[in-house]
Amino acid sequence: MHLDRLRPALLPVVAVVVAMVIGALVVLAAGASPVAAATAIWVAAFSGTGAIAATLEKATPLVFAGLAVIVGVRAGLFNIGAQGQLLLGAITAAYAGYRLAGLPRAVHLPLCLAVGIVCGALPALLAGVLRATRGVHEVIVTIMLNTILVNLTDWLAGGPWMEQGQPVSRTPAIVGSARMDRVAGVPVGFLLAVAMAFGVWFVLDRTTFGFRLATVGANRNAAHYAGISVAGATVAAMTLSGALAGLGGAVESLGVVGRFEPGFNAGLGFDGITIALLARVSPRAVIPAAVLIGALRASSTQLQARARLAPEIVDVVLALALLLVAAPIILRWLLRLRPGSSPTEVHLTRGWGS
Amino acid sequence: MSESRPGEAGAVPQARGVLLEVRGLTKRFGSVVANEDVSLQLRRGEVLALLGENGAGKTTLVKMLFGLHRPDGGEIRLAGEAVRLRSPRDAIARGIGMVHQHFQLVPVMTVAENVVLGAEPTRRRFVDRRRAAAEVRELSERFGLAVDPDAVVEDLPIGAQQRVEIIKALYRGAEILILDEPSAVLTPEETDELLGVVAELAARGVGIVLITHKLREVMEAADRVVVLRDGRVVGEVAPADTDEAGLAALMVGRSVVLRIDKQPASPGEPVLGIQGLEVDDDRGRRAVTGLDLEVRAGEIVGVAGVQGNGQRELAEAICGMRPRIGGCVLLQDRDITGLGARAIHDLGVAHIPEDRDKHGLVGSYSVADDLVLNRFDEPGFARWGRRDRAAVQRWAEQLIAEFDVRTPDVHAPADSLSGGNKQKLIVARELSRASVLVVAAQPTRGVDVGSIEFIHRQLVAARDRGAAVLVISAELEELLAVSDRIAVMRDGRIAATFAGASATPEAIGLVMGGATGH
Ligand SMILES: Nc1ncnc2c1ncn2[C@@H]1O[C@H](COP(=O)(O)OP(=O)(O)OP(=O)(O)O)[C@@H](O)[C@H]1O
Ligand SMILES: [Mg+2]
Repeated sequence: MHLDRLRPALLPVVAVVVAMVIGALVVLAAGASPVAAATAIWVAAFSGTGAIAATLEKATPLVFAGLAVIVGVRAGLFNIGAQGQLLLGAITAAYAGYRLAGLPRAVHLPLCLAVGIVCGALPALLAGVLRATRGVHEVIVTIMLNTILVNLTDWLAGGPWMEQGQPVSRTPAIVGSARMDRVAGVPVGFLLAVAMAFGVWFVLDRTTFGFRLATVGANRNAAHYAGISVAGATVAAMTLSGALAGLGGAVESLGVVGRFEPGFNAGLGFDGITIALLARVSPRAVIPAAVLIGALRASSTQLQARARLAPEIVDVVLALALLLVAAPIILRWLLRLRPGSSPTEVHLTRGWGS
Repeated sequence: MSESRPGEAGAVPQARGVLLEVRGLTKRFGSVVANEDVSLQLRRGEVLALLGENGAGKTTLVKMLFGLHRPDGGEIRLAGEAVRLRSPRDAIARGIGMVHQHFQLVPVMTVAENVVLGAEPTRRRFVDRRRAAAEVRELSERFGLAVDPDAVVEDLPIGAQQRVEIIKALYRGAEILILDEPSAVLTPEETDELLGVVAELAARGVGIVLITHKLREVMEAADRVVVLRDGRVVGEVAPADTDEAGLAALMVGRSVVLRIDKQPASPGEPVLGIQGLEVDDDRGRRAVTGLDLEVRAGEIVGVAGVQGNGQRELAEAICGMRPRIGGCVLLQDRDITGLGARAIHDLGVAHIPEDRDKHGLVGSYSVADDLVLNRFDEPGFARWGRRDRAAVQRWAEQLIAEFDVRTPDVHAPADSLSGGNKQKLIVARELSRASVLVVAAQPTRGVDVGSIEFIHRQLVAARDRGAAVLVISAELEELLAVSDRIAVMRDGRIAATFAGASATPEAIGLVMGGATGH
């Protein structure tokens, strides 16, 4: 009985381990040394406080992106637009960060975060409203919004909001009163991310609001019967999802990059999907999943230098892990799980189509 | 274990005509033993009824026969040979067909297309539609299963859709047909037709396993009855050697009152008043057409009628799940016409919905969460927006004990409950709170006879506490048993109303069928 309950939680762990073993074989086939690769990852990601801080910095926006995806999935929505929302949050927070110089820190920093949150939420709100009132699928809308927002932020960073007197398209640096630093070597943004993961867990799993979202996500007819507003939950979930993505972008600008620079946050929103899956749609599990991906990403230059491996190997390992988690049949066979005995399986497969 | 192929000669000598034999079959779900050491035989041309309380293990047993569950022990023998059925495809290949309660049909395709789907006759690599239709027509004529091969499935009544499912199984060469509570969704007329089909199929050599809670059907259709209790076979009888009361007693282990006795009603103030109500169905057609109805405190009004005459839309409109196009609905003199489901619920209206899996519960939720599905944010179960899970659990434990919902604990997902226990869960949730009006649509669908008795008593108890009770049912017998008045619904309005004493099945049937009432 106990083992039965434990097994589903073990699934992602086993998936990652198996993926790494396969990854090692790939490395071997590529003519490099798996030991050297592993050392490179270890050195780059975890040796010394500097390396650890860098890993956590990489993980921070990933936590937010993962949480954003999870909030949507719980309500049966697939917010594929976390990327665009994150970019908008990142650039608007950066703008507030250099434009509003002169404010005291206690006002400036929270204000910048709030700007990121609101601006991330707005496009998601639009998608939510279209879904709730017109039945337009949120995947279509958020994909289109992604394209719009990527180009909009590019244009802003290379046009009206561009730093004067240098060739790179990027915004001016954020002033000190809006920067997020490290506390005892740990990036403040990461602490915020951890707090947010617990916050989202609490809201989704312990509150009546979370129950409403989950009911709509699991069976919207039953939600209708129970008097839960399906439209309201749809809009709320999308908005919250976008707000989390926007906050992730803001933290990235204020705490890591120090300004907005196109290209720095490419792919973060999509890594959010990977993380949500690896975490099996459970908010607290997002933290280790994001740290893992953050560590792999942080080590890509070292991999190249030490093991002579293309950084794409990281993506290969991640893709393998994801494949193993998302295709539970393979792992179930490995773990000798019986069909249907994994209750979490339901969470993963629902909400992606409808 | 040796594998067998269809058509190979049996290795073990066996009684003649035995299609299927099950020996010592056992199935566990975690700590629940759903089937234990079950042995039985099915002969050619025989109708075998499986009878048992909710959660006795009937569905589990037939799911193993159809390759949907793997046994933990014991063996399944087909034509004398042990077989391992890994999937429904294995089962179909060996001549086993099953009709599920939720039909597996593509609504927008024609009958013929549905039947041949996955096994299409082809001509130059294209589906040969003409041949498909001809084959389907031939099958339906041979077995007396009337359906039009060219009709689109979604336009067909439920009973015809079920016949399509049966034809589908026969088309794939089924010699063994499994029917799990086939009559639960049928009108009485459709049930009679189904029993006719079953008899016809048996006469042509098909072996049939029939699961039902309706003892009348068992008496009428079965050659042999196997009774399960707590996953074990506890008895086997021939209908000729017993009667309905005997079957009920064998099943439940005590004698069951098939018709409850109750005090005469003493109706009070009107609670529900409906005037000129108009409601559309899912396709936008007017289903309730100017209906008037009154239900008073302390009385049970039954709504009879052939299914599809607007009963479902009526219940959903009263409870705020469906927009009311015209007319008005009054609850204790208050106009609730424009209110939504939540507001109406909060005014004290309990609602047992007709479709338990679609509306009544969330399958992936725990039994505890489903027991507060529409009350999760009430003061006793939440404070400041935070759910009080301990309180929910205590409440749930009390309810499953009181309403005899069979589940290992309140944390088990509702999906793991047997069909009848899901229904009891919903009934427990809706009848466990003080309400001024109870709207119960098909309250005992899929429930065993013992629990039917219990649910009927609960409805009467709600009435005696002063609630107005509206029962909508396809079972005339049920309505006759509990109602103080019976209103017959036809073409979206009330065609006639009978006082309890004057209501006879014949008189009601006449109105249902089209005669004008008084
Ligand atoms: N997938 C499952 N997971 C866990 N337990 C299950 C599962 N399926 C069935 N059970 C349990 O097995 C037992 C037998 O269930 P089954 O559905 O076979 O009952 P049944 O005889 O068909 O009842 P009913 O008349 O209500 O349909 C029940 O206790 C049920 O809770
Ligand atoms: Mg069953």
